[in-house]
Amino acid sequence: MEIFELTALELGAALKKGEVALQDVLSQTQDRIYTCQEENNAFISITKPDLAPTIGDSLLAGVPMALKDNICTKGVKTSCASKILGDFIPPYNASIVEKLIAAGAISMGKLNMDEFAMGSTSETSFYGPVRNPWDLSRVSGGSSGGAAAAVAAGEVWYAIGSDTGGSIRQPAAYCGVTGMKPTYGTVSRYGLIAYASSLDQMGPVARSAADCAAVLDIIQGKDPYDATSLSGCYGNLLSSLSGDVKGLRIGLPTDCFGEGLDPEVRQAVLDVAQVLKSRGAIVEEFSLPIMEYVVPAYYIIACAEASSNLSRFDGVKYGWRAENYEDLTDLYTKTRSEGFGSEVKRRILLGTFVLSTGYYDAYYKKALQVKFIIKTAYDDAFQKYDMLLTPVTPATAPQLGESLSDPLKMYLSDIYTVPLNLAGLPGISIPCGFDSNGMPIGAQLIGPALGDSVILNAAHSYQLETDFHKKTLHRKGGTSA
Amino acid sequence: MTWETVIGLETHVELATKTKIFCSCTTEFGGAPNTHCCPVCTGMPGTLPVLNEKVLEFAVKTGLALDGNITRHCKFDRKNYFYPDLPKAYQISQLYLPIVRDGKVSIRLESGTEKLIRIHELHMEEDAGKLVHDPWLDQTRCDYNRCGVPLIEIVTEPDFRSAEEVIAYLEKLRSILQYLGVSDCKMQEGSLRCDVNLSVRPAGSVEFGTRTEMKNLNSFKAITKAIAYESRRQIELIEEGKRVIQETRRWDDNKDATFAMRSKENAQDYRYFPEPDIPPLEISDVYLEEIRTQLPEMAEEKLIRYQAEYDLPLYDAQILTGQKALADFFEACVAQGVDAKQAANWIMGQVLGQLSAKGMDAKDMVLAPSTLVRLITLIKDGKLNRNTAVKVFEAIFDTNADVDEYIMSHGLEQVNDPGALAAAVKKVFDVNPQSIEDFKAGKEKAFGFLVGQVMREMKGKADPQAVNRAVREKLNF
Repeated sequence: MEIFELTALELGAALKKGEVALQDVLSQTQDRIYTCQEENNAFISITKPDLAPTIGDSLLAGVPMALKDNICTKGVKTSCASKILGDFIPPYNASIVEKLIAAGAISMGKLNMDEFAMGSTSETSFYGPVRNPWDLSRVSGGSSGGAAAAVAAGEVWYAIGSDTGGSIRQPAAYCGVTGMKPTYGTVSRYGLIAYASSLDQMGPVARSAADCAAVLDIIQGKDPYDATSLSGCYGNLLSSLSGDVKGLRIGLPTDCFGEGLDPEVRQAVLDVAQVLKSRGAIVEEFSLPIMEYVVPAYYIIACAEASSNLSRFDGVKYGWRAENYEDLTDLYTKTRSEGFGSEVKRRILLGTFVLSTGYYDAYYKKALQVKFIIKTAYDDAFQKYDMLLTPVTPATAPQLGESLSDPLKMYLSDIYTVPLNLAGLPGISIPCGFDSNGMPIGAQLIGPALGDSVILNAAHSYQLETDFHKKTLHRKGGTSA
Repeated sequence: MTWETVIGLETHVELATKTKIFCSCTTEFGGAPNTHCCPVCTGMPGTLPVLNEKVLEFAVKTGLALDGNITRHCKFDRKNYFYPDLPKAYQISQLYLPIVRDGKVSIRLESGTEKLIRIHELHMEEDAGKLVHDPWLDQTRCDYNRCGVPLIEIVTEPDFRSAEEVIAYLEKLRSILQYLGVSDCKMQEGSLRCDVNLSVRPAGSVEFGTRTEMKNLNSFKAITKAIAYESRRQIELIEEGKRVIQETRRWDDNKDATFAMRSKENAQDYRYFPEPDIPPLEISDVYLEEIRTQLPEMAEEKLIRYQAEYDLPLYDAQILTGQKALADFFEACVAQGVDAKQAANWIMGQVLGQLSAKGMDAKDMVLAPSTLVRLITLIKDGKLNRNTAVKVFEAIFDTNADVDEYIMSHGLEQVNDPGALAAAVKKVFDVNPQSIEDFKAGKEKAFGFLVGQVMREMKGKADPQAVNRAVREKLNF
């Protein structure tokens, strides 16, 4: 059996039936990771998996996976792709790591990312950029670039990423895999090294919507260690995937299909609407006139929270400490100047500025008001529609180095993904075609708060009808399967 | 010109919860450095705060006792600053929507007048750690045991005009907090800390002068001295034609003076913003009523009841209700059937005497109410004389040893044998003829001498009144 052609659920079933041996799966997986690592640099740490003596009952028991390097793992370096946490070994596991271990998950290591999840290309990593398995001269997207690349290259069957403004959905689109940001509060953030606490949410990157549902079934749920986690949010997601979309009302916000959108991307996303329509859904265009505010509001709120969240990295307790310093202030200044990369510094400075006396009302408070307006606009839309459909990104993956020179342009490329974080809504990115360069295109399905099963089911329905999500294994370049 | 001192207080109170405000570590004082810590209170990356519900309950209780308005939609905020004792580099506190606003505390002054002190707000926050400097190695070490110990900060309006008012307020506040059981208020362990904001202005003036904030005031004595010092310093500055600078000043207990720490210009910008990790708290009517019904009888209510129910003088009632531990002790004695006035006298005399001699807090007292009750009962039954009882009391105060056993093993029972008393009287009269003569010549003092000698002969175990009576009879007057 060629294990690399299986989905996570299929491999889990094969392991349970004894059709493949866990030991073989792990050794083949490790070989593949070492080979691919040379090309795409998806991992920061490759770990020797702890072997479970038996395959547990869980559907995904024994299936190799990996975690973004901002998710705390007891005894395993968790660096956030930053020099400042280069030697940080957490004394505890994130809550979702405990849940995954209990479900028999086997972690192959920690995945590369943008430093502190700040970036849209995974090029700001202290450990070097992640390369897109479809074209190694292009970026993987970010910030969960390692997660998307590792799944696309078949190194692991699924990965856990984090999404603050699109950091799961955007690299999933660039790498032609399925990635989901669930409703804010459904997955505990305890153990996720915070970028912007009110926007951060972890979620799965996998080969199909069904695999994403199976992973979410493991990691979702109320956590006594996270006061913002919700209780009793939804039942079993996997079992709710019927693939039936008859009568499903889908809204297409015209504001997301206008200027700045690559025509090939536009066509591929509109084709998704056609597929779902052919399966019984009702598709309608409508206006969502908030798009020009989402990026500024997002960067103010995210950077403000980040400036506070990242203050603890001061060289006193753990991580990098400057070698020579005069006094306490000098210790802080040198440690942070040496330890953080330029994109992180840019966002800390921006966040510090917008929270300063005299600017709080003009920027931060106003951004919170905009956040409320955005949320209300979505609430209104979901009065009429069960789900929305938009592109994930304005274009497909750019060349390495292309975005870094123009941060503003990079920020603007987040336009379709950031409003969901501001409104706390679930979104899933599914592969829906290729551009003329052969690079994958993603479509974003957006649900109302706690409507995670609605978009998973629509994505599943689409994937029953199409095979773009299966094309990962036949990608050009990189290691052949 | 006469000057008026204007003072406002910021009081930090450590709450007596068993666990910390955002994790389940113990709040116990002391402990080897960094042993009362976990990833949450040491601010490890990725950890999140979860509010200890007891902290909210204690804050609401205090707010109700201070007659304040409870904020029904209440939030936490982050106060950002860098310091090694603050591992997250921000303190979780409340700026925008503190749990309590607009309370008041009534204080009673020496002159007998009452004064109302307005409470501006009360908010919840976490304590920071402690830095220990090692001069030998020239190192500073961090101890995070105190990190995350819950605090409430109570901020008054600038309503005080003297140190006396400040101390009266702090004593009243301490009593309220102790009655509520929300804090042990030990200043020496830092569970009650006070910053004093002070300015001066010409008497009769309506506008406030420029204020300074004094920190590091660790006792009522230090507060009194610091207020006197700082008022004088500011008045002298103004009288010399200089300006008072708005700044934070540190009180130095050894030098009896305040020293500038940082001026307003150098003040930090704390960049407060709403804490995203803790959802807003919604305080329901039901919750508020539940807390209200849990409020204990407070000092003022006891004061009235003690006078009415036990017929105690105001003075006694004031002393007994001044500390909750004393009031509890008194009520326990009365509940065991002793006369209220007798119990009050013993507590105000012997109990307070021992506490003050030993520098102890009433709440740390080992002696049980039942022990005092037993002593009082023995006196009443004529089995122990009062002087001996006081000696027994002093001997067993620290150990709470059994009264009867102690009396037995030390042979202190009162001797009520009339024959033995008559023999003692005879012996004393036989050897002191001069005293008898003196008495008959009108020297009253001789009577006391003879009584003392008989008591001595009885080894102090006789009933003093019986001795009096016997001597009187023998002298035949």
